[in-house]
Amino acid sequence: MAEVKLLGTWPSPFYYRVVWVLKLKGIAYEFIEEDLNNKGPLLLQHNPVHKKIPVLIHSGKSICESMIILEYIQEIWPQNSLLPADPYDRAIARFWIKFAEDKVNPLAFAGFYGEEQKKAIRDSLEMLETTEEHALRDKTFFGGDKIDLVDIAFGQLSQWLQMVEDVTNVKLLDASKFPRLQRWINNFKQVPIIKENLPDYQEMFAYFKALRVMLLSSK
Amino acid sequence: MSDEIILLDFWSSPFAMRVRIALAEKGIEYEAREEDLSNKSSLLLKMNPVHKQIPVLIHKGRPVCESLIIVQYIDEVWSHKSPLLPSHPYHRANARFWADFVDKKIYPTGKLVWGATGEVQEAAKKELIESMKVLEGELGDKPYFGGESFGFTDVALIPFYTWFYSLETCGDFSIIANCPNLVAWAKRCMQRESVSKSLPDQYKVYCFLMELKKKFEAK
Repeated sequence: MAEVKLLGTWPSPFYYRVVWVLKLKGIAYEFIEEDLNNKGPLLLQHNPVHKKIPVLIHSGKSICESMIILEYIQEIWPQNSLLPADPYDRAIARFWIKFAEDKVNPLAFAGFYGEEQKKAIRDSLEMLETTEEHALRDKTFFGGDKIDLVDIAFGQLSQWLQMVEDVTNVKLLDASKFPRLQRWINNFKQVPIIKENLPDYQEMFAYFKALRVMLLSSK
Repeated sequence: MSDEIILLDFWSSPFAMRVRIALAEKGIEYEAREEDLSNKSSLLLKMNPVHKQIPVLIHKGRPVCESLIIVQYIDEVWSHKSPLLPSHPYHRANARFWADFVDKKIYPTGKLVWGATGEVQEAAKKELIESMKVLEGELGDKPYFGGESFGFTDVALIPFYTWFYSLETCGDFSIIANCPNLVAWAKRCMQRESVSKSLPDQYKVYCFLMELKKKFEAK
């Protein structure tokens, strides 16, 4: 029985966050794919409150909510540390992690059109401006010279944002307006663990294109 | 040195109350500055440019924002007294999970119970009662969410006790009838000086929330 199990679903960015951190820290785990349209007993047992993935099961105990899982992993396996050691710097990292949690959700954009979409565009641009000006500034990564949990939290701005832009034909992250973020995306996707663990772009595009058609036809 | 720590505060904010409680638990002296939220101070805008919200803890001139992040910061810097987060990573993850549950489930639905009307209010009331029962389930027989000691989840939730009168009056239901153990827990917390001195009177909060409700309805 594997000590570490991860319940997840392709192509959820929240599931990928945990994959990245487990691999960055060299932790072996067993992946269990959940069908979110037909939630299995393992998911319902280990996340009865929210019934969502990802769920980390470590020695039989379950941990839910991706960023809480990542802090847990960081504390149990401190090698290749992904959070600053200084409490103040850590508080700043957590601030940006929370900001990413609350404001960065490109996949939701796939379901919008009309007025809803216009508002979502405004909110997205505001989020990108704040991220570029206040969070990233002139650093290579949010974590400085190498990635940390803040980069992981903003990970959706890499593959997933571009995919949603292509599905909806709306450009949100214009490289000329957000040069630092564009550079970050390029650098982030080149980090070996990230590069080897991104969902296939074409597959994801096809999946969300079909999902968008379904969502819009039901409105 | 009391001017080393400044709290940008607002008397009725449950989020600010969390910080007041944490500071009191640790016996930390600080200067509380009440903000006029309709006319935010230049200090607030400078210290929290992203959200422009209280609470903000300013420690040696540097700001920490977001209530639960501030509480964790306080716990880490003043780690020798009254620890709020448990020491084992699994229990820490659990404490964070339930604090996050309060933010996701109690706060937004509570707002709709005292702030909305009609069907929206009814739906929120059902969801709120359900969420409170889930919390009661998690509490079980323990005196506090953290077990024998008052801790992080207790700090996260207890400020919402100041909403009980408003919730019951606006929602026309009894919290003690639905969740007697939760009310017993709240009264137990109120026996702690750190809590009783940090929470304003429920009726005063009700009058304030009703003023707020009128303002929103007028828009």
